[in-house]
Amino acid sequence: MSTAANDAPLIAVEDLHTYYGKSHILQGVTLHVGSGEVVGLLGRNGVGKSTTLKTIIGLVQPSHGKVVFEGNVVTSMPPHRLARLGMGYVPEDRRIFRLLTVMENLRTGLDRAGMTDEKKRALLEKVFAYFPVLAERRNQAGGTLSGGEQQMLAIARAMMLEPKIILLDEPTEGLMPRMVSQIRNIVDVLHRENVAILLVEQNVPLTLEASERVYIMEKGAVRHHAAARDLKVNDAVIHQYLGV
Amino acid sequence: MQLTAILAGIPWDQILIQTLNGIVTGMILALIASGLTLIFGIMDVVNFAHGELFMLGAYIGVVVLATTGSFWLALLIATLVVALLGAAIQIATLRPLLGRDPLTTILATFGVSLILQNYALWQFGPVARKIQEPFSGHFKLFYLEYPWYRLLIAGLSAAIIGGFWLFLKHGKFGIWIRATTQDRVMAQAMGIPVPLVHTAAFAIGAGMAAASGVLFGPLVGVNHTMGLDWVLKAFIVVVVGGMGNLGGSIAAAIFISLLEAYASIWVSPAQAVIVSFVVLILTLLFRPTGLFVPTPK
Amino acid sequence: MSHTAVFWAGFCVVMALLIVAPLVLPEFWRRFLTEVLIWGLLAMSSDLLIGYTGMISFGHSAFFGLGMYGAAAALLMFSPPNLWLALAFGLIASAVIALFVAYFSTRLRDIYFAITTLIFSQIFYVIVFTWTEVTGGENGLNFRRPPLAIPGLFSVPFTSETMHWFVLAVVTASYLILRRITRSPFGMVLQSIRENEPRTRAIGYPVERYKIVAVMLSGLFAGLAGVLYALQNRFAAPDFIFFLVSGEAVIFNVMGGIGTLVGPILGAGFFQLMRELLSRLFGDQFPYLIPLGVVFIVMIIFLPQGLLGFARRWLNR
Repeated sequence: MSTAANDAPLIAVEDLHTYYGKSHILQGVTLHVGSGEVVGLLGRNGVGKSTTLKTIIGLVQPSHGKVVFEGNVVTSMPPHRLARLGMGYVPEDRRIFRLLTVMENLRTGLDRAGMTDEKKRALLEKVFAYFPVLAERRNQAGGTLSGGEQQMLAIARAMMLEPKIILLDEPTEGLMPRMVSQIRNIVDVLHRENVAILLVEQNVPLTLEASERVYIMEKGAVRHHAAARDLKVNDAVIHQYLGV
Repeated sequence: MQLTAILAGIPWDQILIQTLNGIVTGMILALIASGLTLIFGIMDVVNFAHGELFMLGAYIGVVVLATTGSFWLALLIATLVVALLGAAIQIATLRPLLGRDPLTTILATFGVSLILQNYALWQFGPVARKIQEPFSGHFKLFYLEYPWYRLLIAGLSAAIIGGFWLFLKHGKFGIWIRATTQDRVMAQAMGIPVPLVHTAAFAIGAGMAAASGVLFGPLVGVNHTMGLDWVLKAFIVVVVGGMGNLGGSIAAAIFISLLEAYASIWVSPAQAVIVSFVVLILTLLFRPTGLFVPTPK
Repeated sequence: MSHTAVFWAGFCVVMALLIVAPLVLPEFWRRFLTEVLIWGLLAMSSDLLIGYTGMISFGHSAFFGLGMYGAAAALLMFSPPNLWLALAFGLIASAVIALFVAYFSTRLRDIYFAITTLIFSQIFYVIVFTWTEVTGGENGLNFRRPPLAIPGLFSVPFTSETMHWFVLAVVTASYLILRRITRSPFGMVLQSIRENEPRTRAIGYPVERYKIVAVMLSGLFAGLAGVLYALQNRFAAPDFIFFLVSGEAVIFNVMGGIGTLVGPILGAGFFQLMRELLSRLFGDQFPYLIPLGVVFIVMIIFLPQGLLGFARRWLNR
């Protein structure tokens, strides 16, 4: 684990309770992610992993608890402000803008205050270097891309915000095994760029490899927390909470 | 012999005139419907007050024309003022309703339409006003005469719609609007200030309605109920064209206006409106996603 | 006291007040109260759709207006004018129209349904407005009020008090019937459609059929209101078919409280009272719809449960 130069975590979430209608989805989630850290969030379907991410990025309002980003309480901030502050979000099912071209998708994040033409060009070049396929297809409509390409676009688009942290929700879902290792590489790339990652995944081996720490959720709360290297894929804990 | 007799019986000159009329009316209707489509597409709001924004635009045009004598100034000022009014309405009544049952926005905009209508009645009285055409003169089409002004309106409406379309396709704000229309949630996650985009879109739609009002003013009298007829037609156009489909709305607007124009050769204008009703019902029965939209598989 | 006991106690008190009212009120307020009851019935019929089935309809003006014209037809075609024929004609007319409208619009969801019902109101408006020979066109129809008669037993012309009691009886009966309907299994299905239509469909209910019946019932009571209006005022005019009348009914619903049946009557009363007050304070020309429109919008945003909901919460403190 990094000997964090800053003691305060980049993002800290305390005792979050969130409801969808009458369903009590999050029942007291507490976790944190340090600057530049890769942290995994594991758990079965429906335990509230995605909802946790959505609450952090402000798409869902918690009824109780708080979200702290870089020391500031941001619980009730609207998502577009959180994005500008440096939170990137890559949802389940990618959700790229299907009717916009690849370039236009990227521009939704690229065209923001403080970006000169120079900076924009540099950022685009960098991201295209990581994702040459996107460069090739830059004038194609997002909806015409394959599943794997859309995933890359979703991540590249988040990178346009030059975020301090990216919330990645099940990036390998529905992808072929070959693409899964590509995702692994991308996570490494982001880590090299000192972008923190909160990685929600069902793919246990990938998560344990890529992350420094892991949280395991069940029934709306975090039940277990460990350094990734201390957990094996066939650990009792993994069996207990994920039933693999 | 039979054929020529039939052909001679067809009122060709009337058909020609009505074709032109249909296109002119169609372009104005397209302009109104574009605003309505934009608003519906981006925030799922059926703006009942759209006809009243059209009507207010016409009235402001009347006032500015009376004070300054310039038609073009009237057009500009009416558009700007109503756009601002639109922004105010959106912030005051629609923002608080975000996330609630979408039917509440229909009710809210209906309330706004009542307020605006009665305001106009109160301020301007029940007698219709007139906007002078900026220039008169007819041109010769075969042996008929057709006013230049009408062609100008059609051209201007087309230009405004064209300009709007270009705005959407290029530039940062165009992307913001299109992204927000497609996926409001992810637009927010990308840092796009969606509440602001909604307000701006409503303002743009309102401005377009106002511009139509001024452009259309010289053709009919300006009075406080003109909004009602047009909002109905605009709704029909938007549904027939495919909710949220800009190209479809424009095609539908011209299609319906042409049909109505031809119908008015044989029946009174009050009854010609039934044509649009019939088109709507047929569309809803057979191609509910829109006449000009390919049926989704 | 149990909930039902409270309800019936309250009901009796209100009924007593309404029965006594025409005896103590001056003429103007007597008619005012009668009209509030009629508009209340219209709003109740609309509430069946909005409050219980979750469908906003702007088509009620068609049912209301055509019920009015149906009654007018009976009163003009048959001499001497017969009360029961007027009722029958009015109800049949609105039922037929309701079936027609229901068939086309119920297959559409929310917004499209609202717009389509609006269009239908306008279609009928245009037809009635332009078919002058039959409907009197713009000017409408005038006719005499029939006597309150049970054939063979007695025939007594209506006075303004007996008219009021007749309307009260009809509206009360309608209220009780609608109440029974909303609490029946049928009513439960309607509410389930409002809550979650896809799920209701998935469970196996033929949602479209339920909707069609809902629209027809709603149309029937709206038509009944139209007949009462015709009897009360002795004329029918195309203005009542114009969709704005439906809009007003919806306003009464929202103001009074959606989904309560009683609320809409309160809403109608509140609206008419405010209107009367405003025109007394500021004169006839005052655009009363401007402040009322503002109140309406404010209530949508802040008091979505309407006056009744507000009263309930206040009483529960």
